[in-house]
Amino acid sequence: MKLLPTAIDWRAPRTIVAIVVIATFALLPVLVGDEGGFYVKFATRVLIYALAAIGLNFILGFGGMVSFGHAMYVMLGAYCVAIPAQHEITSGWAHIAIALAMTTVIAAGAGAVALRTTGIAFIMITLAFAQMLFFGAVSLKEYGGDDGLTLATRSNFALFDISSNAGLYYFAFVCVLVALYLSWRAVLSPFGLILRGSKANTRRALALGHPVFRYQLVAYVLSALACAVAGVLLANLTQFASPAYGAWTLSGELIVIVILGGLGTVFGPLVGAVLLLALEEVLPTLVEATLPDYKSNWMLLLGLFIFFIALALKRGVFGSLRGGKQ
Amino acid sequence: MTALVTENLVKRFGGVQATDNVSLTVEDGQLHAIIGPNGAGKSTLIGQIAGEIAPDSGHVALLGKDVTTLSVFARANLGLARTYQITQLAKEFTALDNVLMATNARASHNFSFWKNAHDDSDAVSHSLAALAKVGLLDAKNRTVAELAHGEQRQLEIAMALATGPKVLLLDEPLAGMSQGESAAMIALLKSLKGRYPILLVEHDMDAVFSLADRISVLVYGRIIASGTPEEIRNNVEVRAAYLGEEATA
Repeated sequence: MKLLPTAIDWRAPRTIVAIVVIATFALLPVLVGDEGGFYVKFATRVLIYALAAIGLNFILGFGGMVSFGHAMYVMLGAYCVAIPAQHEITSGWAHIAIALAMTTVIAAGAGAVALRTTGIAFIMITLAFAQMLFFGAVSLKEYGGDDGLTLATRSNFALFDISSNAGLYYFAFVCVLVALYLSWRAVLSPFGLILRGSKANTRRALALGHPVFRYQLVAYVLSALACAVAGVLLANLTQFASPAYGAWTLSGELIVIVILGGLGTVFGPLVGAVLLLALEEVLPTLVEATLPDYKSNWMLLLGLFIFFIALALKRGVFGSLRGGKQ
Repeated sequence: MTALVTENLVKRFGGVQATDNVSLTVEDGQLHAIIGPNGAGKSTLIGQIAGEIAPDSGHVALLGKDVTTLSVFARANLGLARTYQITQLAKEFTALDNVLMATNARASHNFSFWKNAHDDSDAVSHSLAALAKVGLLDAKNRTVAELAHGEQRQLEIAMALATGPKVLLLDEPLAGMSQGESAAMIALLKSLKGRYPILLVEHDMDAVFSLADRISVLVYGRIIASGTPEEIRNNVEVRAAYLGEEATA
């Protein structure tokens, strides 16, 4: 069975699920109405995690590079909002531009070092870089250090007003749609073909004449950029940036989202983000209502769920559905 | 022009002399075969020519250019294409996608992120032509996992051809093939002979003696004889060291 469809089949389960998910997101603020502020903020968080996971999936799912440090780019994006804001730079486009520029430089450097290795060593080096950046942020005493930085106002995106929760929600939604579309194009392009081929057989890709390292590095930087934009949005959602955004646990959560949704499917990360964050929200309440004595053990249930998904659906929830024409 | 030259290649692994002063030449349009018993150092030699293994000393020249210090992909971009003894394919890919990956190596610095790889009609038709050359056109939409062993070997050749090679390095293309598959592969190799300079490593003696213009015999990392099939057949040392049983049987 082939992993990637070459064209969209409008009646395939994957297509239908994708359309339902996107339509639900598109209508969500209208569906929950004015009283549903909590849900809108929650769904914004889902979209932000999905955006970061789409970025990670580009190298993890399609390039076979298990980065255990992608949260550092989320944190970097968040600080690229908070620090300029501290200096009265409130333009959102400036924030995004700074985040993209900083991330390109840092990801190119970190990637160039990490990609000298593969497998466990790659995982460890990406984790090490994330820890370095994490403690780097902790040491920024003038920018809150450990406590992080609060934002007085959200970024100003001129035409796109994100000062309201719905405005920010739709801005995040558009970012996710753009990221999905770009990764769909890139995955099916010659670049994506060679990236996927290098994952399947690096030795063969090299012997054909492909400079695999360059392809992987470009993919790594692109994937970091998606995470940085997610960080810009996250800072705006919480009006806060802190080293905690770069914690290794968030890097781990991103990996879980990608695997849960379906490694190497373009749409999987969005499904994975919906599932993981919904469970993280619902399970504690559920456990508290039924077994109040065990309310702090809800993660056990989450672990079991992930366990069964990994066992029963080797290719994740979305990845196990039938795709398009092959 | 000489297609491929190795000059005094030496490679040691600990106390083992895997390649011992190997000098050989593949002339343009020539099929040069290397034979030798298991453990003779054939794979190590191929590895040094392709760039996967760095020699301790000596040189490799491709089309008159010294490539000893060049990486695997840089040598490939100069026109060296190879197949592997153990097939090296993208298993989840279809036959066509495997060849498309090879076709895209023709312009490897042209990063294209946008256009669907399948919409590039030039690349697709070039890839289909390569599949047709090896007789795999009907299998284009099957994944590697769905291909028989012999078909996977043919696919390896199609990929090598699709890169637009100037020199072919074929590492035991007949390995593990059934008799029928072998016959088809030998016919395919015959069709390539003369069109590309080929360095062929092969165990199948009948195939080697019917295909090769020139044969070098590798024993314990050293070339003990080099010559036309006729010369090799009649070489006393070769018969003693290698062909012995087969020749007297």
